[in-house]
Amino acid sequence: MSERVNSAWSPSSREIERRGARQRISRKQATIAAVSSTIVLGTLIAIIVTSPGWATVKKTFFDIEYGREVFPTVIAGLWINLQLTFIGGAAIGVIALGLALMRTTKSPALTPFRFLATAYVDIFRGAPLILIILLVGFGVPALGLKGISSNVIFLGTVAVVLTYSAYVAEVIRSGILSIHPSQRAAARSLGLTSGQTMRFVVLPQAIRRVVPPLLNDFVSLLKDTGLVSILGVTDAVRAAQINASRTFNYTPYVVAAVLFLLITIPMTRYTDRAIRQRTNAQSSEGAI
Amino acid sequence: MANVLEISNIRKSFGTELVLNDLSLAVPEHTATVLIGASGSGKSTLLRCINLLESIDDGQIFLDGEEISDPLINVDEVRRKLGMVFQSFNLFPHKTVLQNITLAPIKVQGKGKEEANSAALALLKRFDLADKADQYPDRLSGGQQQRVAIIRSLALNPRLLLLDEITSALDPVLVNEVLSIVRDLKSDGMTMVLATHEMGFATQVADEVCFLESGNILERGSAQDVLHNPSNPKTQEFLKRVHQAGRL
Repeated sequence: MSERVNSAWSPSSREIERRGARQRISRKQATIAAVSSTIVLGTLIAIIVTSPGWATVKKTFFDIEYGREVFPTVIAGLWINLQLTFIGGAAIGVIALGLALMRTTKSPALTPFRFLATAYVDIFRGAPLILIILLVGFGVPALGLKGISSNVIFLGTVAVVLTYSAYVAEVIRSGILSIHPSQRAAARSLGLTSGQTMRFVVLPQAIRRVVPPLLNDFVSLLKDTGLVSILGVTDAVRAAQINASRTFNYTPYVVAAVLFLLITIPMTRYTDRAIRQRTNAQSSEGAI
Repeated sequence: MANVLEISNIRKSFGTELVLNDLSLAVPEHTATVLIGASGSGKSTLLRCINLLESIDDGQIFLDGEEISDPLINVDEVRRKLGMVFQSFNLFPHKTVLQNITLAPIKVQGKGKEEANSAALALLKRFDLADKADQYPDRLSGGQQQRVAIIRSLALNPRLLLLDEITSALDPVLVNEVLSIVRDLKSDGMTMVLATHEMGFATQVADEVCFLESGNILERGSAQDVLHNPSNPKTQEFLKRVHQAGRL
C-alpha cells in the first residue's frame, strides 16, 4: 500500500536544481544522437546514390510504376504463404506437442514411441528444409501411392510441417524440462497421476514459458513458406520470380520482400515485447 | 491407540551416501511427531520416503497396517491419504488460490466443482484467507502462501500430514501465522509428522520428539525430555548450537 503523496509538498530548491541538470543532460544526449544518426545514415545513402551503377539499380530494382503493376499478382501469392503458415502452423502445434510429450514420457509402454520421436527430431531438425521440400515434393508423387494428393501446395505444406514440428517439439520439450521438479512433487503428493500432473500442472506452465520462442518460430515459418516456390507453387516469391524473369526488372522481388517485412516486423516487435514481459514476470516467480 | 504410521528398519542411500540408516518409528493416531536435527540428518528424506517420493533400499513402511513400501502398491492411492507441505510452498503459480486447493479434490477424488469450491472456501474462511480465493500465489506473502499450501493438503482429508520445515523459508514475523494453523490442526486431532527448527513450537505440539543424526534416531521421547533434558551428548551438542543461534 503506497501512501498518498502529501499535497502540501513542493520540491526543494536542491531538487529543482537537479531537475534542471537532468534536463540539460538529456537535451545534450538527444543532440549527439541526432548528429551521429544524420552522419552515419547520410554517408550510407550518399555512397549508394553516388555509386556508378545507381541509375541502373534504381531502374531495375525500384521501378515504382512496374512495382504497382505486379503488386496484385505478388499479393495474391502472399495469400498462399499466409494460408500455408496458418494451416501448417496448426498442424505443427499438434504434432510438436505429441512429439514433446513422447520424448518426455517415462512410461515403459511408450518406449518405442520415445525412440521414434527422438529419431524423428534428429532427422528433421538436422536436414536442410529445402532438401525436405524437394524430397517430399518430388519423391512422394514418384511413389505413386493411391489416395495421396500430388498437389504441390499440399506436398510443400507437408514438408514444412514435418521440419517445423521437429523444431517446435524441441522448444516445447525444453519448456517442460524447465518446470522445477518441486512442482511435480507437489502435484504427485496430492495424489495426481503422472498424466494428470503433466496435463494440469506442468504443461500449462511450460507452454506459457515458451510462447515467446514459439512466436519467433512462427515468424520463421512465414518466411520459410517462400521456399515451397521451388516446387512450382505460385506464392509471393514465385509470383515475383515469374514477373522478374519476364521483363528482367527485379522490382517484383523488392515488392515481395517489402510485403513479407510488413507482416514479420510487427510480429517480431510483438515477440520482443512478449519476451520482455516474460523476463519481468520471472523475477516475481523466483520464490516458486 | 492404533498406529497410523509404522516404519521399521528403513535404509536409504543416494549413491554412496547413506541418508537413512536402520531407522524405525511409530506414529499413533492423533499424535504429532516432531523430527529435529541438523541439515542433512535425513529429516526431509524420511518424509519424502513416507510419501513415496523416494523409494527405500530396505525395511518396511506401513500406513494403517498396510505395507506401502510394497512395489506393487498404487502410489497415487497411498498419496491421497497423505498430505505433504513443503519448505518452498510449491503452489501452482498458474492457478488461483481456490484452483490450487480444488485441483486434487476434483481430479483425484472426483468431486463436483461446486462441492470442491464450497469445501475449499470453508477452509479458507476458517484460516482467514477467504478474501484471497481468487488471487494468484505470487500476490500473496510467504506466510499466506504456506497457509494456502497447508489448506491444499487438508482439502483431501489426509490420514497423516507430513510437514517439511514449513517455516524455514519465512521471515520470523510470518512464522507464527503458519504455526498457529498447525496448532489448530493438532488440537483437532490431526496425525502429523513434522520436521522443524522451531524448538519452542516443537515443545507446544510434539507428543514425541525424535533427534536425527546421520540417518538414525539417536534420542526420542517427550518434548520435555528431549528438548530440555537431553541425555545423548550429540543431542545436547545440537541443542546448544540451536540455543546459541537464538532459536530455543
